[in-house]
Amino acid sequence: MLGKTAGGLYWMFRGLERAENNARLIEAGFRIALTRSTNTETEWKSVIVTSAAQRGFTAKHSEFNSTNVIDYLLRDTDNPSSVLSVVKQARDNARLVRTALTTEVWSAVNETWMLITELLKNPVPDTDLPEVLSIIRQQSALVRGALHGTMLRNDIYDFCRLGTFIERMDSTARIIDVKYYTLLPSPSLVGSRMDNVQWETLLRSVSAHRSYRWAVEEDYTATNIANFLVLDRRMPRSLAFCAGQIVENLDYLAEEYNDRRPSHDMADRLAARLKGRDIHSIIEEGLHDVLGTIISDVGALGAQIEKDYRFNY
Amino acid sequence: MTSQSQHFSEMMGQDSVRTPYVDYNAWFSRQDTARLSRKAQEAEAFFRRTGITFNVYGQADAEERLIPFDLVPRILTSAEWTKLSRGIDQRVRAVNAFLHDIYNRQEILRAGVVPIELIQNNDAFLPQMIGFTPPGDVYTHIVGTDIVCTGEGEFFVLEDNARTPSGVSYMLENRETMLQMFPELFSKIKVQPVSDYPKNLRRSLAACAPSSCEGRPTVAVLTPGIHNSAYYEHSFLADQMGVELVEGHDLRIVDGRIAMRTTQGHKVIDVIYRRIDDDFLDPLTFNPDSMLGVPGIMDVYRAGNITIANAPGTGVADDKAIYSYMPDIVEFYTGERAILKNVQTFRCSEADSLKYVLDNLADLVVKEVHGSGGYGMLVGPAASKQELADFAAKLKARPSNYIAQPTLSLSTVPIFTDAGLAPRHVDLRPFALVSPEGVNITPGGLTRVALKEGSLVVNSSQGGGTKDTWVLED
Repeated sequence: MLGKTAGGLYWMFRGLERAENNARLIEAGFRIALTRSTNTETEWKSVIVTSAAQRGFTAKHSEFNSTNVIDYLLRDTDNPSSVLSVVKQARDNARLVRTALTTEVWSAVNETWMLITELLKNPVPDTDLPEVLSIIRQQSALVRGALHGTMLRNDIYDFCRLGTFIERMDSTARIIDVKYYTLLPSPSLVGSRMDNVQWETLLRSVSAHRSYRWAVEEDYTATNIANFLVLDRRMPRSLAFCAGQIVENLDYLAEEYNDRRPSHDMADRLAARLKGRDIHSIIEEGLHDVLGTIISDVGALGAQIEKDYRFNY
Repeated sequence: MTSQSQHFSEMMGQDSVRTPYVDYNAWFSRQDTARLSRKAQEAEAFFRRTGITFNVYGQADAEERLIPFDLVPRILTSAEWTKLSRGIDQRVRAVNAFLHDIYNRQEILRAGVVPIELIQNNDAFLPQMIGFTPPGDVYTHIVGTDIVCTGEGEFFVLEDNARTPSGVSYMLENRETMLQMFPELFSKIKVQPVSDYPKNLRRSLAACAPSSCEGRPTVAVLTPGIHNSAYYEHSFLADQMGVELVEGHDLRIVDGRIAMRTTQGHKVIDVIYRRIDDDFLDPLTFNPDSMLGVPGIMDVYRAGNITIANAPGTGVADDKAIYSYMPDIVEFYTGERAILKNVQTFRCSEADSLKYVLDNLADLVVKEVHGSGGYGMLVGPAASKQELADFAAKLKARPSNYIAQPTLSLSTVPIFTDAGLAPRHVDLRPFALVSPEGVNITPGGLTRVALKEGSLVVNSSQGGGTKDTWVLED
């Protein structure tokens, strides 16, 4: 396979994952804005910070309100991470790697691009927002379904999955990091209404408010939620799950190519950081510091994969 | 302009439905037009979803467009096709012989059949090709010959596209679409298949591999990238052939061979089907600003370590000034009269011709010698007084840049409209593959249709559409 093709597949699926994550972040933020009448600015600001768009946003807007934030994350083509930008980028990448995709996957991506470009042509009024966000997530699911259902399990598939999980791990780590203070045990607030709303938002932004109840079967507590999002391997957006998937897909590549590269060792180290850990010890070590290291390690791993498989040179 | 009745209708003939269309017409008359309209919309949605689109040059927003597809097929009898394909075969062989000669002994110039100025002053003539014979002695691996019809059995060659002819993906997709939409038609009417084209293309290219190739030749398609107007076709052909689609930056020279960067290191390529122009092929030899090509590829080529299809410098055989000599060229190399006729062509570089063209501009079609895609041409009968005057000025300024031809009475084939069938002008571009194994021509080709009533311009960039082209089984 061409190095460029591997890169196109990887970035295509990073883009699709990012579109979906943005839609979730907006949804969670929007919900808070609906349920609270005042002081939604902090909430919208944390949404922007989570999607790592603070610098670009503040260059254009002075106020963190719903109109500005939603438009910047959904439609602004100056924002390289807006849904419109990443869907276009994913579709451009899909065209670039067209020969590596089945017709089903290609059509799903192309259709997603056509549909979302049309949906986001004009600013989205609040009344339409839930539907637009749900379409974005549905389309992402459609592409993923086509990938699972029609693609050979070979190196092409592995690069798609690596893009998905690198992006997802980075995103989950950022979401937890921005909200980490709400997870810190603080005797005065535990069990208060304030905590509950914050925790539910956190879970919603990774679509886990319902699965938490099924999987954990306990009330919201800081440690339980942190454990669920960081270490629970049943949770498909948890850090441990993402790390496990990255290792697995890299192992398939090593097997197919009969060659281990530096990225394999980096991924193993990243996974080992989370394996067999206890959430209490992580919190003791400093959740924010641990997350900061993970975010930078994921970034470095992504760069090493690009290098090992000659995406660009 | 002239009334439609003056043009030859390939379906309706003089007074009754022509033979190749009898079965189709019988089927069509039983169809519910509302259903057909629905089918036409379905086809359009399918093309969009599949991404069978092209980008239009010179448009700021670079919007992707569909080439409109018309659901009425253009139908040729097996006998008509036999004559056409024999004529194309002859012409394609002559073009290859001409190119070999032009870059070697230049006997045709010495014999005075083609004037030397046409070669000397031709930008498409590449001195780098002099004295070099490409692998398998093939110059034009893929040729798209543009043909028009003006009456019963009256076919003319309009252009020999010997550089990088495009459109073959539409030929294939149009047939697929017809098979999807109207399977019952194909069980009633026996049409010669076109679906072998990608397989034949790969085989034909592999047969031209350089002698340095060991084992099964590695073929790749070289594209300028996703923003090129024909990118869809490039990826389609690579996909259908099962070969890599590469860009210049995927390639480099490794041990004197061209190699592509893969996830497992560099892999040698034997044959490159390039879809970029000569000028962009090698910044060390041609346009130094080109980012699309491969620095040094011409050295590798001249060392006999890569096959480039089509060969650099083939453009010298298909410009419109050379075109006017094609009947002589065919006769010179094959010793036979040309089977397919040329359209009468006035070379504006000649004083008498220029005078005639200026005097009769309103009746002529004037084209740039090196132009393509319908850009920069004048259709006299459709032009305003101002346009005629402007063009006359351009002609006087650079006469050798232009040729002129009479306005042909192009045949029509009906298209499907909401108001029923309506005649529109068409042309035909069959695709020929050339290798040391011979010339292979896919039955049919791409029929382009001018969708605007009365219009003679079929180019997709100028509002043309396409049709499926049927050659009937005997």
